[in-house]
Amino acid sequence: MIEVKNLTKAYGNFTAVKGISFKAERGQILGFLGPNGAGKTTTMRIITGFMPASDGTVEIDGLDIFTNSLEARRRIGYLPETPPLYSDMRVEAYLRFVAKLRGVKRSAVDNAVEHALEVCGLTDMAHRICGQLSKGYRQRVGLGQALIHNPPVLVLDEPTIGLDPRQIHEIRELIRGLAGERTIVLSTHILPEVSQICDKVVIINDGRIVLEEQIKEIPVGTSLEEVFLHAIAREGHVEGASPEETLEEVGAGHSGA
Amino acid sequence: MRNTFTIAGKELQGYFVQPVAYVVLTVFLLLGGWFFFAMLRQFDEMVQLIQMMGQSDQLKQMNLNSRVIDPLLHDLSIVLVIVMPALTMRVFAEEKRTGTYELLLTAPIRTGEIVAGKFIAAASFTLIMVALAWIFPLILIIFGDPEVGVMFAGYLGLALLALSFVAVGLFTSSLTQNQIVAAISSFGLLILLYVISWPAEAGGGIVSSVLTYLSLPTHFSTMTRGVIDTSDIVFFLSVIVLALFLTQRSVESARWR
Repeated sequence: MIEVKNLTKAYGNFTAVKGISFKAERGQILGFLGPNGAGKTTTMRIITGFMPASDGTVEIDGLDIFTNSLEARRRIGYLPETPPLYSDMRVEAYLRFVAKLRGVKRSAVDNAVEHALEVCGLTDMAHRICGQLSKGYRQRVGLGQALIHNPPVLVLDEPTIGLDPRQIHEIRELIRGLAGERTIVLSTHILPEVSQICDKVVIINDGRIVLEEQIKEIPVGTSLEEVFLHAIAREGHVEGASPEETLEEVGAGHSGA
Repeated sequence: MRNTFTIAGKELQGYFVQPVAYVVLTVFLLLGGWFFFAMLRQFDEMVQLIQMMGQSDQLKQMNLNSRVIDPLLHDLSIVLVIVMPALTMRVFAEEKRTGTYELLLTAPIRTGEIVAGKFIAAASFTLIMVALAWIFPLILIIFGDPEVGVMFAGYLGLALLALSFVAVGLFTSSLTQNQIVAAISSFGLLILLYVISWPAEAGGGIVSSVLTYLSLPTHFSTMTRGVIDTSDIVFFLSVIVLALFLTQRSVESARWR
């Protein structure tokens, strides 16, 4: 569904993403994990067609995001790092605007807006002005706009950041409920989040992939935190160590301890 | 086309919920009223003076169009140079700063549609503003006997001038995420287009005629005198098309930088 090949992004002298490749299958929730500044946001911005890559390709449902951009973008719902709300618009009007923008048919707009309000628990907030919403509700409206056109691919950049524990729980439930047929890529630097909601984890550090693994294949008894810290530590010492090796070592280290 | 109108509709509503547009409208009309009052006072005084001296042939030369409306339109054009950058500065800059730019650029729409939609909205607001300034000629028509055709040509000139200002303002706004920078550079460009013919008055030859051609007042003045010349209309339309083209390139550049 989403295929990233050899993606590189350089800002002048600084290379934020250094040739990463990964795949997310239909119906999979992929957790994109990494410390701050690892290149998560940059990667997501390239996947959604907001900025071009310096090198490499991204395919959404077999469509290249650069050469077949319009068609590829039609299939994506995107929640950027900061929810892209117009602060002077009311929630309902905003969702209506995004629905039209994302190509929802005129006759289906009302239903799409209503559905998004319902799914994100915003029905009571429909007539509030976006600029006056709390952080949690802003995040929900952001999520609502991302899924308003019922896209097969959802890209969510740190969907739970800045929320209180109860809201985090709600948003996670919501994302899990959204999966089904959809492919979801979400970035985070909160480790438990990945093991709780994702099927697959991709860990990146300093612009490189240090681990790409199905959650269920991570050895029983190994916490994701160990995997994460170990993967990041390995990266510094051994160039070219394959993710599998790293993982086995973690597993071995754990059982030995 | 649908996308263009979706954006235009949302933007136009935006003008009516934000204070900037009302301030611009108020300043424009208040200053216009003051100029109109001053011009009319002067006209009245001169008529009385000529009557007192009993020179009836000079009295016939006193003309509401050339004595009141023509200078009024020139004064209004100066007010536009100052207020239009304030109206257009936020159009792209604010979207970049608040992050809604990501929403626009990842939606399945073309950059040309975004620019066209934003121009249509700003242009509509501007035309409403110019239309409201018809109150001054209307007063003259009710209480006097001016030539309506000449005033119409003048107001057409003012409208075209204002639309050129909008296009230039959109361009500078697309270059930055700072509204002040957008406003000041738009202001600078407009002033430059106003005074660009100044060196031409001293010299001669091809440079001088080019500079004179590029000068906004040159084309505007013929229209305020009641002459609708195709070449002047072509000039204003060229400025608008060129500025909008550059805006589209500037927005599109986010995709290949």
